[in-house]
Amino acid sequence: MAKSNKPIFWSLFAAGGTVTAFVTPALALVTLLAAFGANMDMFNYDSIHAFAGWWLGKLIIFGIISLSLWHAAHRLRVTVHDFGVRADTVVAYTVYGLAGLGTLLTIVYLLRI
Amino acid sequence: MSERQIQLEVLRYNPETDSEPRFQTYSVPCLNEWVVLDALNYVKENLDTTVSYRWSCHMAVCGSCGMMINGEPKLACKAFIHEYGDQIRVEPMAHFPVERDLVTVVDDFIAKFASIKPYLIPKEEKPVSAGEYKQTPAELLKFKQYTLCINCMLCYAACPQYGLVPQFLGPAAISMAHRYNQDSRDGGRDQRQEVVATNEGVWECSFVGACSEVCPKHVDPAGALQQVKVASTIDWYKEHLMPWVKK
Repeated sequence: MAKSNKPIFWSLFAAGGTVTAFVTPALALVTLLAAFGANMDMFNYDSIHAFAGWWLGKLIIFGIISLSLWHAAHRLRVTVHDFGVRADTVVAYTVYGLAGLGTLLTIVYLLRI
Repeated sequence: MSERQIQLEVLRYNPETDSEPRFQTYSVPCLNEWVVLDALNYVKENLDTTVSYRWSCHMAVCGSCGMMINGEPKLACKAFIHEYGDQIRVEPMAHFPVERDLVTVVDDFIAKFASIKPYLIPKEEKPVSAGEYKQTPAELLKFKQYTLCINCMLCYAACPQYGLVPQFLGPAAISMAHRYNQDSRDGGRDQRQEVVATNEGVWECSFVGACSEVCPKHVDPAGALQQVKVASTIDWYKEHLMPWVKK
């Protein structure tokens, strides 16, 4: 039997899971606080725009968005399988395709800032 | 000692003569401290000698009496009557073909278990005169938990993935591979990875975690499988990105 190539997707999934578990709740909280009018100068448009313009800022934003997408894609693939849909190849191409597209768009938009 | 009348519904099936399985109900006077296996033994001794089931030790060591009790994979010797109502349904372990009544055909598991080479493969053979292979308590601790597996196969009956994809190597076999891979005296990991690191090996696992929930010996197969995934992923990157690095 040939060894599996699933480690590529699983490692993105695992890394994305870690990011999602630690960063996403914090982002959700901060966004909610800002939305409800908390006074946070750090999170005004200009500072965030400046952060996204800095190379390390770009890298951090890229990591969070793309890894979250790959995590969600793999999770969705497994969930669809668990729900009894027996079309793994089609599902895999679709969800990974979307994650790949999202990754590309993230790069494009970040480079344009 | 309090006694309770239990309606024990037993799945009866003889594939050679019956067209389909059916349930037969026995009324069993159970003592409160009995386990389901005691109730089955009562049936066998007093009510119906034709009921077939496996058991041996009656103390959760041999791993023979695994069955579905009210739909959950359990050892019949560890399932106490007082934890159930007056009606208890016992069926053969899910995902295995039935040989007779509660007795399942386990050849598939035995073959998979053998395929991961569940024995020490020393890095280099030493002559007896060279003395024993020594191991520190810390080295033992790395795999001791996985040695507690009694091959009862409850994890296979619980694993939805094994139910969907019968080729899946499964929780107990992969955990046992991990047990030997983690052993400081062992050098057989490369051989085991040929079976474990395949699509039908560890990568069929979708981390439902039911195996660890039903494991009567707290082996935590799901945890072992996640560790195997991490190690196999590191292997994959080494093999594909740094082929010049020797393992």
